[in-house]
Amino acid sequence: MALPLRIAVRFLLSGKGQTLLIVGGIAIAISVQVFVGLLIESLQAGLIEQTVGNSPQVTVRSAEENVTIGRWQDMATGITSLTAVEHVGVAASANAFVRKANDSVPVLFRGMDRDSIDGIYRISGHIYEGQDIQSSGEVLIGRNLSEKLAISVGDRLQVTTPGGAIVDYRVAGLFDLGVAAIDGSWVVSNLRTGQSLFGFSDRVTSIEVTVFDVFAADLVAAAVVGLLDDDGLEVTNWKDENEQLLNALESQSLSNNIIQAVIIISVAIAIASLLSVTVLQKRRQLGILKAMGIKDSAASLIFVYQGLLIGVMASALGIALGLGLLYSFTVFATTGGESIISFDFKPVFILRSLGISILAAAVAGLIPASRSLRLNPIDVIREG
Amino acid sequence: MQVLFDINIAIEAGSFNSVVGESGSGKSTLMNIIGTLDTPTAGDVVVDGQSIAMLGRDDLAELRNRTIGFVFQFHYLLPEFTAIENVLMPHAIGRQRPDREAIDWAEELFEFMGVSKVKNNPAGKMSGGQQQRVAIIRALINKPKLVLADEPTGNLDSANTANVYERFRDINQRYGTTFLIVTHDRRIAEQTDRIVEIRDGHLLMDIKK
Repeated sequence: MALPLRIAVRFLLSGKGQTLLIVGGIAIAISVQVFVGLLIESLQAGLIEQTVGNSPQVTVRSAEENVTIGRWQDMATGITSLTAVEHVGVAASANAFVRKANDSVPVLFRGMDRDSIDGIYRISGHIYEGQDIQSSGEVLIGRNLSEKLAISVGDRLQVTTPGGAIVDYRVAGLFDLGVAAIDGSWVVSNLRTGQSLFGFSDRVTSIEVTVFDVFAADLVAAAVVGLLDDDGLEVTNWKDENEQLLNALESQSLSNNIIQAVIIISVAIAIASLLSVTVLQKRRQLGILKAMGIKDSAASLIFVYQGLLIGVMASALGIALGLGLLYSFTVFATTGGESIISFDFKPVFILRSLGISILAAAVAGLIPASRSLRLNPIDVIREG
Repeated sequence: MQVLFDINIAIEAGSFNSVVGESGSGKSTLMNIIGTLDTPTAGDVVVDGQSIAMLGRDDLAELRNRTIGFVFQFHYLLPEFTAIENVLMPHAIGRQRPDREAIDWAEELFEFMGVSKVKNNPAGKMSGGQQQRVAIIRALINKPKLVLADEPTGNLDSANTANVYERFRDINQRYGTTFLIVTHDRRIAEQTDRIVEIRDGHLLMDIKK
């Protein structure tokens, strides 16, 4: 082990109580930073998931109302080739009515391809009763709608279009996406069924896209606009349609970053103060080491290493405490028996926190290190 | 405040010398200047043929580590380390790891100074006499050409004092190490081969036996 490091370790061990106190204190600060940081990130991720988790982030429609899109197969193929794109689905959707006794309940009839049903809306994974659509003539409806209509699996559903077409479908299954608007109004079928019901022929009403990075949806939308190059089409993305939410999230992220920066600064100040006191406490030892021939730079490194060692120990302990706090939060902070947030480890955040706090500790060690540079052995020896 | 006035002395290699004077005479200042711990306001110091005037702090540190061993009135052992770790510290400063040769030399010196049984004791767990003897071993570990000892027995009883000066003489004779011992005690100075007397910063007397 290099001599300055060896001396730094011994200096820390010689005052075990003091060392444990400072490591413990800094670990608590870091644990708060980790806990608050991960909590806010988890809450944000949960909010994003709720907003865009089971829906498309980019949508292509006709620029004119009630106009369908032709040549969608080529468009879908082109959009799929973009590397940022996860799923591409198409839908033939329109408003319709479902008969209930002597009443008509308005619904949104959505004829969708498999990519939309499974990839984008993940409806198949949320079927709680019955089974997925096997053929044309079968539909899926949401929990809320089935309760409203008092309809179950196997029952017949009569759908009436604004154009006057009346068609009966068999309810193959019931789904629950946890979104009241969808569960209470959607009737889902395969694409051909939707096209046939509304007389769209081979055309669709929308091309729907999910992307790998939801925060890059606006960039993907711009790429789609460039790719399609058609003024008759309108391309929208979830960020433009949820500007207020995004502004709120950005403010939250900014607050999060400020909290973390303040904690790191206070950690650095604490370490610099403690080690500056250590320079005074170890003045005699430094003096004799310099008399024996240790160079000023090597003597200064002792304090940089002390800062580093304190930083490593406190960071490791702090991160463990922070994760423990977060885990406790997921266990005890529940609503309706379910946790408010999920325990998400987030290795990138953890490593970044570790790196920043260790770096801050090492930098903090530079202040006492520079004080030790000025120490002359003769001053210590004269003091006797 | 000027402490020394027109001091010109040359110390021969292998010699056993003393600087004697009352408290405040400037003898410790002289020793600190010779040891490159302090810088003269005028004049030069030549150590082992090298003028120190143009040397920077790092070069001076290296020169001290290689060439000079210090023994002070207080032992200045590092309390965080054991006796043998303290002894090997000058060696570790000059190199990275203590090699076998240095460890063997340290153990030989521990044996010679009669403190082998405390070599693994923490620095604080020894008698005053043992601590000072360990400090002497530390001063010798790099086989310096010059040992500067400033009142090395000031905190010791008479038995330990006699023992320390016997050891100094033995080392001088056995290894040819040059000694410059600063003391206020004439009886100690008279045991050396050359006595330099300082009074009020002036060289009063320089006698070789």
